[in-house]
Parts: sequence; structure tokens; C-alpha cells
Amino acid sequence: MAERTPLLSVRELKKTYQGASGPVEAVGSITFDVRPGELVCIVGPSGCGKTTLLKCLSGLLTPTAGAVTLDGAPVTTPPKKMALVFQEYGRSLYPWLTVRDNVALPLKARGMPKAERRAVVEQAVAEVGLGHALDTYPWQLSGGMQQRVAIARAVAYQPEILVMDEPFAAVDAQTRADLEDLVRRVWRDLGVTVLFVTHDIDESVYLGERVLMLSSSPTFVQEDLAIDLPDERDQLTTRAMPRFTELRTHVYEQIQRAKRGAATPVPH
Amino acid sequence: MAAVRRSLVSIAFVVGLPAILVLAWALATQDSTNLYFPPPSRVLDAFVTTWLSPDTLKDDVLPSLSRFAIGVLLSIVIGIVAGTAIGATPWLRALLEPMLEFFRAIPPVVLVPVLMLVLGIDDSMKLAVIVSGSVWPVLLNTIEGVRGTDPVLVDTSRSYRVRGVLAYRYVVLPAASPQIMAGIRLCLSIGLILMVISEMFASSSGLGYQIVFFQRQYMVAEMWSGILLLGLIGVLVAAVFQLVERRVLHWYHGSREVARG
Repeated sequence: MAERTPLLSVRELKKTYQGASGPVEAVGSITFDVRPGELVCIVGPSGCGKTTLLKCLSGLLTPTAGAVTLDGAPVTTPPKKMALVFQEYGRSLYPWLTVRDNVALPLKARGMPKAERRAVVEQAVAEVGLGHALDTYPWQLSGGMQQRVAIARAVAYQPEILVMDEPFAAVDAQTRADLEDLVRRVWRDLGVTVLFVTHDIDESVYLGERVLMLSSSPTFVQEDLAIDLPDERDQLTTRAMPRFTELRTHVYEQIQRAKRGAATPVPH
Repeated sequence: MAAVRRSLVSIAFVVGLPAILVLAWALATQDSTNLYFPPPSRVLDAFVTTWLSPDTLKDDVLPSLSRFAIGVLLSIVIGIVAGTAIGATPWLRALLEPMLEFFRAIPPVVLVPVLMLVLGIDDSMKLAVIVSGSVWPVLLNTIEGVRGTDPVLVDTSRSYRVRGVLAYRYVVLPAASPQIMAGIRLCLSIGLILMVISEMFASSSGLGYQIVFFQRQYMVAEMWSGILLLGLIGVLVAAVFQLVERRVLHWYHGSREVARG
């Protein structure tokens, strides 16, 4: 595994904001790699700069120091090969466009011909189970369905890496379980690389092949943990496995340590 | 049955108060000899003979309406184009905003003599008067609307590389459209007022000219009929606007209804 060249590479990324009372270090120094085809979860205590990290690695924010490369090219503006799913689904879908047009707009911007666009959009929307809702408006759908639309938009974009920022933080527990399985399915069906940020420890263990644990601010990668659960995962059986419990306990302890500020960076 | 009753009731609400007021007016002026307040029947006669004759329609009503339409259209286009540019460019906004506040505060009427000097007394002066007053609500609302676009939406568009014309057409303008439409509503009523005012000075045709003319000739019923016509135009314009607004902002009203539960 390790000899594959990384798809996404983050090197000593640092972001400092100018606060009212001097500079605020949101991200201390983060270094990690994501290899092609992996599903990596990033978990950390709240306020550890997860969103800042994502904005930097997606080219929406310029880091204070360090570098991000995607497929060998440095990321300075939002890259073509990356699709984002935001936490605030209600605010990241265009309320004046139907589901179909929401998914189609990025493809239109890319210059994809109309007939192809139509086919890609319909397939992506069907993939997330909303084929019947193509011509409704996002605000006519429930929160979970809206986030499915956002996932369809990301999938239709045909990225090499799908970056998700706490996408299920605002939906109820049952919807959340369905959406988690959807992410696993999309990841396996499409062979896309996924970077999934969450504050939910169980979610990170259930979803990920690897879990990166972040320290509290100023943030660094506290631990890079391989999740050795079977590939075929299921909300009931996987979560009932002793190994699942061990892993989540381990992650939980690490996050508690992070909150106390007792952690030290992993050498890299 | 219930639906029919409901619509009858709502029609009664719309026409009820005007009907009562006209009736009260008719009763109060029945045997009146007061020169200034003729009974409604006289005003109605004057309305038909003054405004529904082909000559006045051609020489006064239509020119006024077209000046109003062109002036308002210019205001809307200038307001949206300039407002989008200013709203999307922080340094431009910082540069222009204090000045815009200054110009907005100037009542357009005081500009009439100046505009006459510069532009003469033809239609371009009248259009300039209309635009000088009615462009502001559209311009300032567009600036605010564009500036206030949800940052998550902006990030979404950036990350999906929706840029340039496409971003304006599908993101920036729709996001600002509720505020732009509110600006246009104001623009229409200010435009109507300024259309009349621009025709009151150095003019030989139009509604404003005719109303002032009738005043000076003590043709009081005719004067009132002109005011009645202006009111009716106002109602018609508002109705057309509401129709357009419902279509343009259907998503906005829809999503707000959902949010309210």
C-alpha cells in the first residue's frame, strides 16, 4: 500500500488568522497523504480547525505556510479533480435551481455537452436514490435528501477525490446511518478516493480505512490509524464487532488526550 | 361552493373600500357648487372625454407611458449592471459607497433646472429626471444583494469552478434577486412620480403637462380625472409587477413557506 504514490499530499500545512487580539493559529502543522482509492476519515475535537484544513486543501483558502499537492500539481485554486460536500447542505444547494440543474451546473461550467450532461446527471441522481426527485427544488426535500443531492452533484462532477466536511452533522441518526452506507457504496462502486471529515468517532471508524486523529488547536496529526475491519460493512454487524469497539475506544481515548492537550505529534 | 364564496369575499375586500369612498364622495357632493370638489359623475365624464379621445391618447398618454417605461427600464438595467459590479468588487464599493449615499440623498426635482440646461427640454431631459431618482433603489439593493450572497454558496461555486458569465447568471443574480425585486418595486413608484414631475416643467405634452394645464385653466374636473388616471396607472403597474415578481421569485416564496412550516 505505502509504495503507491499519494493522490493528495499535505505537507506542514499551517494557517494563522489575524484575530482582534493578535494572530490566531488555527492549524499548527499538518502533514499527511491520501493514496488513490482510499477512504480516509479525519476526526478531531471540536474547534481543532477541521474546516480550515479542508478549505486550505481544497484551494478555497491560502495557507500561511506549507503545501498541498493533488496528483502531483500544487493546489492554489480549487482543483478540477476535487469535489466538495459541505456540512450546510441547505446553504450549499442553489434554491432557485431544481435538483437536476443543481447537479448540472458544475458540468455546464466545465463545458460538458448537453446530452452527456443530462445522462451523467440522471445517473448520479439515481445513484443516490433520488431519481424521482429530479425536477423538484432542494427546499422541497428533507435534510437527508438535500445532502444526497449534494453527494450526487459531487459524484456527477467525476472527481478523483471527494472531500466531505462533516456532511451528516445536521441530519437525524437514522438518516445518518443511511447516508454513511451511501458513502461506502459510492466509494466502492465508483472507485473514487474519499476524504471524510467528522467529529463523530463511531462514524470515522465505521466508514474509514484509515482514521487521522487531529490534536486540538494548534492542530497537528496526532495519530494515523489503519482500520482493519472487513471491507463489507454493515450498520448492525460491523458496529457489534469487538474489533470495532476496540478501535472506537482507542480513537476516543486519543481524542480525550487531545482535548487535555497532552498529545505529541507523530514523527513523519 | 366554498371556493366560490371565498373568491367572492376576496373580491369584495378589494373593491369594497373604493366603492364606499366613491359613494361617500357622490353623496357629499350631490348638490355641491364647490368649484374644487365636483361630484364623481362630472369627473367620470371628464375622464372619458379628456383621456379616452384618440388625440390625447396619442399626444399625451402614450408619450408619458413610454417615457415612464424607458426611464424605468434604463434605471433597472443601469442599477443591476452597476450594482453587480460594485457589489462584487470590494475596493470599488469602498470607493463609491459614500458618494452614492450623497447622490441618493439629492431630491431629483432640484436637478430639473440643471438637467434642462445640460440636456435641453426634450425627452432626454425627462428620462434623465426619471433615471436620476429611480435608479437608486435598484442600484443600492443590487449592491447589498450581491454583497450578501451566502458565503457557503460562494464557496460551493468556487470549488465547482462555476465562474464568469455562468456564475453571474446562475448564482450571483438569483442570490440577489429578492433584494433586486424589492428595489424595482420602489423604482416603479418613484419613476411614476418623476415622470409626472418631469412633464410639469417646460413641456408641451404628457400627463404632467395636462394636469398642470387643467389646474391653471380652472378645469377642475379634468384635473381630477388626470389624477384618477395616474392612480389607475399606478395600480396597473403594481399588478403587473406582482405577476412578474411571483414568477421570478417563486423559489424564494416557496422556500420561505417551507421554512415557516
